[in-house]
Amino acid sequence: MLQQGDGKIHPRRIPDEAAHDVVIIGGGVVGCAMARRFTLEGARVALLEKAPDILDGASKANSAILHTGFDAPEGSLELECIREGYQEYLEIRRSLGLVHECDGALVVAWNEAEEAALEAIRARAHANGVGDVEIIGQAELRRREPNLSHRARAAALVPGEGIVDPWSAPHAYLAHGLANGARLVTSCEVTGGAFDGGAWQLETTRGPVRATSVINCAGLYGDLVDRALLGEARFQITPRKGQFVVFDKAARDLVTSIILPVPNERTKGIVVFPTVFGNLAVGPTAEDQQSRTDASTDTETLRALIEDGIAKIPALKGMPVTAVYAGLRPATEEKDYRIATTPAKNWITVGGIRSTGLSAALGIARHVFALYREMGHRHDPLPDPAGARANMLAESGPRDWKQPGHGEIVCHCELVTRREIEAALKGPLAARSLAGLKRKTRATMGRCQGFYCTARLAELTDGHFEMPLAEEIGHG
Amino acid sequence: MADPPLTGAPRIDVAVIGGGPAGLAAATALKEAGIGRVVVLEREPQAGGIPRHCGHPPFGMREFGRILRGPVYAARLVARAERAGVEIRTLATVAGIRPGGHLLVALPEGLIDLAARRVTYATGVRETPRAARLIGGARVQGVMNTGALQSMVYLKGRRPFRRPVIIGSELVAFSAIMTCRHAGIRPVAMIEAAPRITARWPAALYPRLAGVPLLTGTRLLEIRGGPRVTGVSVAGPDGQKREIACDGVVLSGQFTPEASLARLGHLALDPGTGGPVVDQWGRCSDPSYFATGNLLRPVETAGWSWAEGRRCGRWVAEDLAGRLPAPSGALKLETSDPRLKYVMPQRIALPRSGSGMGDLQLRVTRPVRGELCALNESGILWRRKIHALPERRMLVPLADLALPGGAGTIRFEIREETA
Repeated sequence: MLQQGDGKIHPRRIPDEAAHDVVIIGGGVVGCAMARRFTLEGARVALLEKAPDILDGASKANSAILHTGFDAPEGSLELECIREGYQEYLEIRRSLGLVHECDGALVVAWNEAEEAALEAIRARAHANGVGDVEIIGQAELRRREPNLSHRARAAALVPGEGIVDPWSAPHAYLAHGLANGARLVTSCEVTGGAFDGGAWQLETTRGPVRATSVINCAGLYGDLVDRALLGEARFQITPRKGQFVVFDKAARDLVTSIILPVPNERTKGIVVFPTVFGNLAVGPTAEDQQSRTDASTDTETLRALIEDGIAKIPALKGMPVTAVYAGLRPATEEKDYRIATTPAKNWITVGGIRSTGLSAALGIARHVFALYREMGHRHDPLPDPAGARANMLAESGPRDWKQPGHGEIVCHCELVTRREIEAALKGPLAARSLAGLKRKTRATMGRCQGFYCTARLAELTDGHFEMPLAEEIGHG
Repeated sequence: MADPPLTGAPRIDVAVIGGGPAGLAAATALKEAGIGRVVVLEREPQAGGIPRHCGHPPFGMREFGRILRGPVYAARLVARAERAGVEIRTLATVAGIRPGGHLLVALPEGLIDLAARRVTYATGVRETPRAARLIGGARVQGVMNTGALQSMVYLKGRRPFRRPVIIGSELVAFSAIMTCRHAGIRPVAMIEAAPRITARWPAALYPRLAGVPLLTGTRLLEIRGGPRVTGVSVAGPDGQKREIACDGVVLSGQFTPEASLARLGHLALDPGTGGPVVDQWGRCSDPSYFATGNLLRPVETAGWSWAEGRRCGRWVAEDLAGRLPAPSGALKLETSDPRLKYVMPQRIALPRSGSGMGDLQLRVTRPVRGELCALNESGILWRRKIHALPERRMLVPLADLALPGGAGTIRFEIREETA
C-alpha cells in the first residue's frame, strides 16, 4: 500500500512487486491521459512521478487553451493528435465534468504584412479540417472585441478554440485511471533499469518496479530517460521557457476571445487569453535554455509582457497584476512530436510534446495505444469502467463556496473552501506539496497570493506535505 | 438570544463589510447614534481585523487610553461593538456588491442576497505580494508578506523559516522584526531600496537594537532557490551585485487597499489611492455605499482607522436621517503630478456643510521639498511650503483651501525648489 487513507505522509514503503503490464514514467498531462487510456483498454498500469505531486514539470504552466489544430503543420503527427484529443475532450467533457469555455480565438493582424498572411492561415485551417475558420475585417473585429486597440486591422476567426482548466482536466484523466485499477507512485524517480527479454525491472528512488512495457512520458527529461534505459536517445530536449503575467479578475471581460498573434516559424507568439478562473493573462515568451528546472521569471520580461498586453488592450493600463509564472516546454531539434517505439525492448518514447500537450494528450494516448497493439500486446477493454469527476474550479461553474456545508472560506481571493482543501488532501491523488494543493484547489493563487490564508493553510495541511509550510514554534 | 436571520425582518439599516478597527468603530458609532439594525459582515472566524495577528504593542492609546497588544485590542473593539448592539456575523464573505446596497453573501450554510439601506465598506489594506511587485527569480516556498508571517506566528504558533531577509522599511517592517524575535526567527538583513529608512524615528532605531543589519540603497533583484528559498541577489548603492543566503523573504509594506469588491463591482476607483472614489463623507460613486478606514488609502495605523470609522458611522447616521446633501454637484480634486501619490477625498459634494472630513490627505511618491499648489483654470488657489517624505501622512485642512463655491476641478501639483 502506497498511501494510507488519512492522506497524511507515512514512512515510505517500496511499491510491491506485483507485475504491471505498463509502467508510465512521468505524471504530466500526457502521462495522465496515457494512464487513463491504457487502464480503460484493460492494461494493469502504474504511473511513476518523481515530484511529490503530478503535473509538476512542463504541465504546470501553460496557456490553458484547447486548440483545434487549425495552425498545426500539414500532415504532422501533432495535427493528428490534436484533432483526436480535441474530439475526445468534447466526448468525455460531461462524464468527467471538464470545463470548456469556447468563445473562439482571433488571430489578429497588426500590420499589413500580417494581414496578408491571414489568407494562408485560413487555407491551412481548412486543409487541417478546421473548416469554420474565416477572415473578418476591422469593423467586425471591433464589434466582437471593442477593447482591442484600434491598430488591429483584421483577424482570422477560429470559432472552435476554447479555454480549459489545465490542472483539473489531467487530474480527472488520472483519477479515471485510478478508479479503474491504475496505481500512482509519487516522489518516485526512475534511476535505472534493465529489460530481461520479457519484462522491465526499473530501479526507482522508492524501490524496484516490474512491468512488461514502459512508456516514457518524462517530458523535460524524456531524452535523459531514454539514454539511461535504452542507451541512446533519438532527440535532445532544449527547454523553452515561457513567462506569463496574469491580470486581476477585473480584466476578464475586456476580451471575449483568445487573442493570438500571427505566428512565426518558431513559436505561436504572445497570446492574450482569458482563463476559466476568471482572469486575463498574457504570455508566453519563448526563451531557449539549458536548464530543465529553472522556471524563473525576470522583471524586465514581465514588464515587457505587460506592455505587450497594454499595446493590444489599452484598458489593461493600470490593471493590477495577480500572478506571474513561467513554464518550460520540452522542445527538441524538430517541430513535430517525437513518438517512437523500440519493439525489441517493449519501450515507447513519447517525447517533444512541445506546446500543444494539453490539447493533444488524449489523442496522443490513443495514438500510443495503437502503436502498443501493433507491438503485439493485447488486453480486454474494461466492460463497465467506473467514472470519475474533475474538480470544479471554473469561475462560471458551480463552485463549492456557493454550496451549503463548505465549512468556511479559507482562501478569500479565489474563494476556496475548507471542504475543498480537506478533499484535496485525501485519496490516491492527495496533494503532497503546496504547489500540488494550488493546482487542485487554487488556494493562494489569487490577488493577495496568500496574505490572508497562508497561516490557516499551514494549519490545515499539517502533516500532509513533504516540505511543510511551517514548523511549530518550539522552545530552543 | 440568537440574532435574527440576515434576510427578512427587521430590515438591515447598515451592513458593514469588514470587522476590523474601522468597520467595528463605524458600526458602534451607528448604534450609538440610534440606528436600528447594524450588521458587521466579517469573513474570518473572528472579528478584529489585522490587529488580531499583531501580537505586539502598541495599540489602543487613542481608543482605550492605554497600550495594548493587538489581539487584546481587537477583542476590546469587538466587545464594545457588541455591547452597543451591533450584530457581528463571522465567516460571512461578501462575494459581490450591487447598486443600491444589495450584497451577495457567502455563508457556510449557503449564499444569500442581503439588502441594506446603507453599506459601510471597510475592508482595509494588504501588502503587495511578490507577483504584483514583479520580483524575478524562482518560484519557491518561503516568500510571504508580513501579514501572513504574523498570523502564522501569533495565531497559529508556527514559523515558516529561520533566517529570512526583510524587504522594505515602512513601519510594518519593524513589526516584522518583532514578530520574528517572538518566534525565534533571526532575520539576516533588512533591505530598503531608498537611501533612507521609510518609517519615522524611533522605529528606525529598532533593527540596530535587534541586531539586524540594515542595507539601504539596496534593491532586491531576484529570489533564488528551489523548492525552498536559499538566497536573494541584491544590488547595493554602488550597483554592485551580491548574494545573501537566507531561507525566507518577508515582503513588507507597499500597502494597497483591498478594494476588489469595488473593482469587480460598480464603484468608481481612484488609481492614486487604489481605493474607491469618495466625497468628504466617505460616500462612494453609488451613494448607498460609504468607505472608511484604510480602504480609503494606504496606510494609517489601527487607531487612525478607528477614528475615521467612528466619524464615518456618524455621517452614515446623518445620511439616513436625510441630513447630507444629495450627491449631485461636486468639486473634483485630482492630481496628475507623478510626485503626488494621491489626494483623498477625490470629491467635495456641494453645497458643503459643517460635517465631513476636515482634512485632505495626500502623499508623495518620493522626497520632495517645494510648494504644494491647488489650481483651477483661473490659476493658483492655494499654496503651501512642504518638505515631504514618502509614506508619511500629509494633511491639508479643507477650511484653508478657499475652494470655489461651484462645481469644477481642482488640480494639485508640486513646484519644487531649485537649488
